[in-house]
Amino acid sequence: MLTHEDIEEILRLLDATPVDELELETEHFKLTLRRSPSERGGWTQEHQTRSEPRVLAAAAPAAQASAGSAAPAPVRSAVAGALEVRAPLLGTFYRSPKPGVAPFVAIGSRVGTNTVVAIIETMKLMNSVYAGVEGQVIELCVADGDAVERDQVLMRLAPLKS
Amino acid sequence: MKIARLFVANRGEIALRILRSAQQLGIETVLGASDADLDSVPARVADHCVRIGAAAAARSYLDLEAVLAAARSVRADALHPGYGFLSENAALARACDAAGILFVGPTAATLQAVGDKLAAREHATAAGVPVVPGGAVHSLAECEGLMATLGYPVLIKAVGGGGGRGLRRVEAAAQLAAQWDLATAEAQTAFGDARVYVERYVSAGRHIEVQLLGDGGELVQLGTRDCSVQRRFQKLIEEAPAPALSAALTGRITDAALALGRALHYRGAGTVEFLVDAARDEFYFLEVNARIQVEHPVTEMITGVDLVAEQLAIAAGVPLRLRQAQISLRGHALECRVNAEDVEHDMRPSPGRVTRAVFPAGAGVRVDTHIEAGSVVPPYYDSLLAKIIVHAADRGAALDRMAECLAACELAGVAVNVPLHRRILADAEFRRGAVDTGYLTRLRAAA
Repeated sequence: MLTHEDIEEILRLLDATPVDELELETEHFKLTLRRSPSERGGWTQEHQTRSEPRVLAAAAPAAQASAGSAAPAPVRSAVAGALEVRAPLLGTFYRSPKPGVAPFVAIGSRVGTNTVVAIIETMKLMNSVYAGVEGQVIELCVADGDAVERDQVLMRLAPLKS
Repeated sequence: MKIARLFVANRGEIALRILRSAQQLGIETVLGASDADLDSVPARVADHCVRIGAAAAARSYLDLEAVLAAARSVRADALHPGYGFLSENAALARACDAAGILFVGPTAATLQAVGDKLAAREHATAAGVPVVPGGAVHSLAECEGLMATLGYPVLIKAVGGGGGRGLRRVEAAAQLAAQWDLATAEAQTAFGDARVYVERYVSAGRHIEVQLLGDGGELVQLGTRDCSVQRRFQKLIEEAPAPALSAALTGRITDAALALGRALHYRGAGTVEFLVDAARDEFYFLEVNARIQVEHPVTEMITGVDLVAEQLAIAAGVPLRLRQAQISLRGHALECRVNAEDVEHDMRPSPGRVTRAVFPAGAGVRVDTHIEAGSVVPPYYDSLLAKIIVHAADRGAALDRMAECLAACELAGVAVNVPLHRRILADAEFRRGAVDTGYLTRLRAAA
């Protein structure tokens, strides 16, 4: 593995040559150095690690089946005319603001455009999911704690008769 | 005791950073990785890798039993916890001691003393280090009583919090009751400890910290860092040494850090954080970070000291190799944290697969990253992708070099905060130096 000092050293040598690009390849990595097009000089680096992970068998039992990686529930045919609430981003879906507390909504709940219906945790940040439409919850498509993809349908709502 | 096999209990750029120093020292490395990281760059670079659990941090990197079992199963003789996760967990330090594994960090007693933020305040006071006006409060009524002397705004902080987590700002008396309920509930859920304390909110303060290295007896300081460019109490740009700070005030701050470090018989690498009111020539103790920090490279660049190598030596029982007189600060260093955050959408996190990763290179340029084309940024952990670090003869030259580096930086596949960094580097107020912790919020509001 090269250090930044190694890369500086290589570039000091290259700076004195007309070379604009250097590809360095070993069994462990490939490093591409390119002279940057701007007149102020400078270089860019791109790195590819080529070694494969050498995974040791864990002594601990290969524990819990990962609920997070379970295949998404089969998509069910949408109820005719139902509205959908979709995940605004990828992450972990939670029905309640915190463990042991009542869920934001349940089947039968009436929601407005700005009602928070769930949260999705992404990169340690809790993101509120707003209904975005008015309606009554008729189907919950994802279980609490499941991983969800962006745009995945989280719940379906029946439109409110106006 | 010589370290022959090191277990790295972390992920991302810091795991790779630790692997690099260990491998240069001829230490065999084993990385503990979650399901989400078994194919990551650190997993490929480590001599060996072992699965510690499921992708969710609570079931892997935060699972003390799983981490310890993995370290024991590979017969590691030392464990480096990195930052975040279990790095400041006294129970892990104790469990390592019991298992005959060297914990690369302070003693369990020190971790306990500074992990309880209220106890840390008391240690600081006892060492003669000024603390922000405030104190422990056990009830809303007591809190209201204290307000009479403090005045608004204040911060309600979790005793078990730290690193910018677990604090709430209260602007006026009308909000106090509601914020009190939220703060205590949050402290209980997030840190398993409902205790809170209150501190006056210093709005125009600078965040300045001092890097320490000690072996339990000898102690040295490696200068200051300024980390005032923050968003929601999370640091974004750091520099060393702290700019536009008089030599006299710098001296008082580093002396205070040393006094606290000595009182704690500090062993390992640690940072004492201060809030500095430069206009009034005053400073207050904030907290001790008893671990390697994200921003450690700026100190390494100006001192030439490999902090991770020193951590490993201290853990192995080698007496401190540095003396204060040998430490000299050379030039100026800056670090920009490149996060997977979408500048267009209120800094929303942006996990996904990186399709292109071009970073700057050249004299005085260092990039600490675990990201390359094809890397997956999982949604389970924090959003730090890379740290662009530059070193130059003075601050002006470092700023220019950083601006060039940011221009050369190209990442695709996930949204990154590089445009925000470019904006800050072009901003006159930041270039003048000495911005306070409210700076970034004002800059973004002015957009």
